[in-house]
Amino acid sequence: MLDLSPEELTAIGLSLKVAFWAVAASLPFGILTAYVLSRGRFPGISILDALVYLPLTLPPVVTGFILLILFGRRGPIGAFLAEHFGIVFAFRWTGAALAGAIMGFPLLVRAVRLSFDTVDRRLEAAAGTLGASPVWVFLTVTLPIVLPGVLAGVIMAFARAMGEFGATITFVSNIPGETQTLPTAIYTLTQVPGGDAAAFRLVGISVAISMGALIASEYLARRLGKRVE
Amino acid sequence: MSLSVAIEHRAGDFRLAADFTTQGRVTSLFGPSGSGKTTVIDVIAGLTRPLRGRIAIDDLVLLDTDRGICLPPWRRRIGYVFQEGRLFPHLSVRQNLLYGRFFAPKGEGLADFAAIVDMLGIGHLLKRRPRLLSGGEKQRVAIGRALLANPRLLLMDEPLSALDEARRQDVLPFLARIRDEAKVPIVHVSHDLSEVIALADHLVVLDAGKVAAAGPLAAVMARPDVAPLARRQDAGAVIELFVAGHDAAAGMTLLEGAIGQLAAPLRPLPIGAACRIWLHARDIILAREAPHGLSARNILPVTITGLLPHADGSRDVLLDCRGQPLFARVTPAAVADLGLAPGQSIHAIIKSVALA
Repeated sequence: MLDLSPEELTAIGLSLKVAFWAVAASLPFGILTAYVLSRGRFPGISILDALVYLPLTLPPVVTGFILLILFGRRGPIGAFLAEHFGIVFAFRWTGAALAGAIMGFPLLVRAVRLSFDTVDRRLEAAAGTLGASPVWVFLTVTLPIVLPGVLAGVIMAFARAMGEFGATITFVSNIPGETQTLPTAIYTLTQVPGGDAAAFRLVGISVAISMGALIASEYLARRLGKRVE
Repeated sequence: MSLSVAIEHRAGDFRLAADFTTQGRVTSLFGPSGSGKTTVIDVIAGLTRPLRGRIAIDDLVLLDTDRGICLPPWRRRIGYVFQEGRLFPHLSVRQNLLYGRFFAPKGEGLADFAAIVDMLGIGHLLKRRPRLLSGGEKQRVAIGRALLANPRLLLMDEPLSALDEARRQDVLPFLARIRDEAKVPIVHVSHDLSEVIALADHLVVLDAGKVAAAGPLAAVMARPDVAPLARRQDAGAVIELFVAGHDAAAGMTLLEGAIGQLAAPLRPLPIGAACRIWLHARDIILAREAPHGLSARNILPVTITGLLPHADGSRDVLLDCRGQPLFARVTPAAVADLGLAPGQSIHAIIKSVALA
């Protein structure tokens, strides 16, 4: 049943790679943003809040189009990064990862922020009296306590990045071996005669990966949750 | 060690203006709820920044708003035992205990882990998580955690208030051991006078955000204006004595001090040991003539120095016994019948069992 063609295997591998880097690269920013949104008291915080959650409400095609304009070869950010750092997003797998990161970001931030909101600030004060500076308090008290929330956010963002379609296909198109991920591969297969069987196989794999991620996160969250109860 | 505190603070309607200096090994901040006790130690720890003020331990200035000095809490090295323990839930008891040591300056002699664990009786808990501990165990671990950070000063905010009476009696002896064995001065907040008398040698009485009295415990307790701040049934004098002898057959211990000799129920203390008793105003009987044929063993000649009326009608008779102030609480009728007046010489009778 699972005799996958090399193209299908490539799409699966690429999807995992794209989703992994999307989450890994956005995680530090996600934690920082969540911390600022949870603790920050400054004018304009509601604008930041809205900006972070925007990809959740915008049509993905719009997000993809904005990315294309900003990060394309001639886009202001894309041109700058290509010239000074040699980082190119347009029509590369890195672009798919960027699209996945942007789409998963609100889910990541939301989960982590809810965790920060529940942290007992008095524990942080206690750590301060024991000699820990604010950075150490964050690393040794706050972060370990919010770990279950971070984990939940990571899984949600990973799943979102795996499933990203609209923004990806708009931004980096659907190039086999470079930007063709599971969803775009399935879409392609449904467009050709006789592609149904292959589409079914990939759908099955999609379902398996998503289920596996959810079960794993549930299990880990419960174990971590027990520790910090 | 000398701790000097002079601070002004305002939070909503509450105003605090506290000014005191203490050299005590254990200094208690005592006063009713809302008198500002916790605010004072939060300011000492650096958790609350006051409007104005200066705080220094010996020559080390922790806070001086006039000179723009305010050390952050993590540079003050002041241990803090909170009312609710505040143990880190994600760490084991051992990791909680060692948390502060990680940040303590290297090179100095580190607090002895084994000795402190042993002193607090928490050796069997080291592998557990805080949520599996009882209230008394949590407080002992919190005390150990603060001590192991090598603090200059240890603050305790009603460390026993979250515990029931039985647990209190479990933890109180450990606090006394810290006072006697760990060489860290302690500032301790309490609204329970029996806890204060068991632990403190210096007392700062706070009332409505102001220092009502401050100084050595017995001297402050002897002040008549402090007595009303104690809960009614707690009014009384603190007397420092030493053990002069035991009479095991009679079940008595003989205590001696400036006021003379007192017979108390047998105490398991060596001869010569210091001993502090707390003589409640309601446990003293007054007599004009030296009485005969009484079961009470302790009859002290005293002089009346004043009469202090209470809102409920009863009177506190202020007494002097060879320089030691005492209080006796009597009814107005007794004052009239005995014709009690300042300057009069009378006898104070104390039942031995009241000295248990």
